[in-house]
Amino acid sequence: MENIFNVVPLEHFVLLSLALFCIGMVGVLLRRNMIVVFMSIELMLNAVNLLAVAFSAHRGDSSGQVFVFFVMVVAAAEVALGLAILVMIYRNVKSVDINALKQLKW
Amino acid sequence: MLPASAVVPSKFRLTQDMFMEKLIWLIPILPLLGFFILGLGASKLSKGLAGIVGCATILIAFALSLGLAGSVFASGKLEQTLFNWVSSGAWTVDFGFLVDPLSLIMMLVITGVGALIHIYSTGYMHDDERHNYFFAYLNLFVFFMLLLVMSNNYLLLFAGWEGVGLCSYLLIGFWFKVDEYNEAAKKAFVMNRIGDLGFLLGLFLILVNFGTLNYDGVFDSTVLSQISVGTLTVITLLFIVGAAGKSAQIPLYTWLPDAMAGPTPVSALIHAATMVTAGIYLTIRSHALFDLAPISMEVLTYLGLATSIFAATIGLKQNDIKKVLAYSTVSQLGLMFFALGMGAYVAAFFHLVTHAFFKALLFLGAGSVIHGLGGEQDIRKMGALRKVLPITYIVFLIGTLAIAGIPPFAGFVSKDQILLAAYEKSPLLFALGVFASLLTVFYMFRMFFLVFYGQNRVNHDTLHHAHESPLSMTLPLGILAGLSVIGGILNWPSLMGGGDWLQHTLSGVLGTPEGAEHAHAISASTEWTLMAIVVALVVVVIGLAYSIYVNRNTVPVEDEAEEGFGRVLSHKYFVDELYAALFVKPTQAISEWFGRIVDPKILDGAINGIGQSILTMGSVLKNIQQGAVGLYLFVFAVGIIILLALQILF
Repeated sequence: MENIFNVVPLEHFVLLSLALFCIGMVGVLLRRNMIVVFMSIELMLNAVNLLAVAFSAHRGDSSGQVFVFFVMVVAAAEVALGLAILVMIYRNVKSVDINALKQLKW
Repeated sequence: MLPASAVVPSKFRLTQDMFMEKLIWLIPILPLLGFFILGLGASKLSKGLAGIVGCATILIAFALSLGLAGSVFASGKLEQTLFNWVSSGAWTVDFGFLVDPLSLIMMLVITGVGALIHIYSTGYMHDDERHNYFFAYLNLFVFFMLLLVMSNNYLLLFAGWEGVGLCSYLLIGFWFKVDEYNEAAKKAFVMNRIGDLGFLLGLFLILVNFGTLNYDGVFDSTVLSQISVGTLTVITLLFIVGAAGKSAQIPLYTWLPDAMAGPTPVSALIHAATMVTAGIYLTIRSHALFDLAPISMEVLTYLGLATSIFAATIGLKQNDIKKVLAYSTVSQLGLMFFALGMGAYVAAFFHLVTHAFFKALLFLGAGSVIHGLGGEQDIRKMGALRKVLPITYIVFLIGTLAIAGIPPFAGFVSKDQILLAAYEKSPLLFALGVFASLLTVFYMFRMFFLVFYGQNRVNHDTLHHAHESPLSMTLPLGILAGLSVIGGILNWPSLMGGGDWLQHTLSGVLGTPEGAEHAHAISASTEWTLMAIVVALVVVVIGLAYSIYVNRNTVPVEDEAEEGFGRVLSHKYFVDELYAALFVKPTQAISEWFGRIVDPKILDGAINGIGQSILTMGSVLKNIQQGAVGLYLFVFAVGIIILLALQILF
């Protein structure tokens, strides 16, 4: 089987995941809509997944890919829970603004 | 005197003795069992049943002690180790018993006199609502006292020592609804603590220097010879402090007269016959140490003599029937220490035993008078009671004659041996000893005449109800009276055809060679002369008391009317006031200062300050938590970037 890194060099994977991660982070930091923040978080997670898979393939060590499976599983659980919380917040304050619940402090 | 079991065939005797030896542990355990039964079932048991349990445990213990007598007097000593009690590094202490003639005679006195006093109490305490607790405490006391004398090491002795102190406290304050009695109980406890501290320090020194607390290890002559005299002197002086606390010697004696707040049987058992003699037992038990510390012996001699005379002079002006007996006890204990200091251990121990008989008798007799008069204790309000309380009158007379030292009563023989030992040492000590005992004679007969002779000063209502005590009280009185008469035969001197039995029996314990007791420095004729002089003086003093209090019907004046030295005496030399000024008031002032300044300001201030400063810090730092999720995320991201940057840069 032909090695993928002969077609697409490793640097491209790294740069792509970096770009995805940065987009995700900027989304998390700047957007105020909770759903968008959520999606940005997913983007960040997948940037990391991509990087892990790329390095795993590059090193010929499958453990990186195994980790990616775990990340995906956990992310799925997190999304299920997070969206449920989001729905509840929306029902209570009629808003998905990230700063809608400012009263949750001392 | 032959051991009781000598008549039984020897083969049978052997098995019987071995059987008895196995049962040594039962002797102290029985009263403890009685304590648990009575203490836990106090509200359920009837008074009659409680009395039976209380008396039976002590009587069985007495019977068992008596059963040991044969083998102990024959073989010298029995030992029984129950289990390993304390094991720490190089030294261990066993929970073990040692029964030699010394502890056996103590056991017989404790359980024998104890049993009589228990029987007496069934009558005396019959109307008390806490009757059952009274017997529980008495049984607990007997347990601790037995532990004290039966132990084979100092640690177990100390456990008993503390235990009897506790029981003494509980029983002095038995009628705790009266504040004054509580004060007396506290005083006894605190004064004993001072003595106990000395004793405890002595034990620490023994542990450091000998590496063991077992009698075997400490009294080993090869070990003893390696210890310096200075160390032994310090140890024995500390023991004297302990003994002075427990046995009410100067300067710690003040608790004993106040301890008369307890019920009269308690005064008889604890504060006359047994507990207060613990100091004398300790000294005799540790004679090996005292023998090597001449300075301590001197201290014992003069301390005992001073206490004896001091307490006797106070006794001259006391008007409470029990207070007179209390000062008499202090005085007699002083006489015993006097004898110990001169190395006359046997005489001291003999006096301890006879004193247990006649002083218990006198206290119980006083209790009978108090009982008969419905609680009256002031001898100025008695008089001419010999017709009202005939049995009490007779036993009281016997007790008074015994303590006065009229032959052939028990007190005569034992006191004579102490005075004889004093004469051997120096005629001056002899004279002072005689002086102390003559004072005793005077105040005892003063009290006796005021109570039973002269005019009847009892108020009319009380006299109308006055009655002789029931059989449960007069029976123990009768037995003790018998013992006070014949108790002297225990150590009847060979000079008067006796066998010096106690001397022979204790020679093994004291390590004196057989026959040494006959090597008196004074001749038989001198002995007879001294005896005659003392007895003649005693009779003269009795005559003096008779002429003052019977012929002339003198009645002591009110306390306030006392003048001059009499006033000093009736105020007990103002010792209580002196201690109050020297120790109690300053301590209270310091406590008050600590309570007012140190506790609320310094200690509370520090602790509240810590709490307050954390609260303040929290109220500032809580502002970081703004509730804005966006801000949190921002800080989170910036934080990670900074951390990464730091890692890359450095």
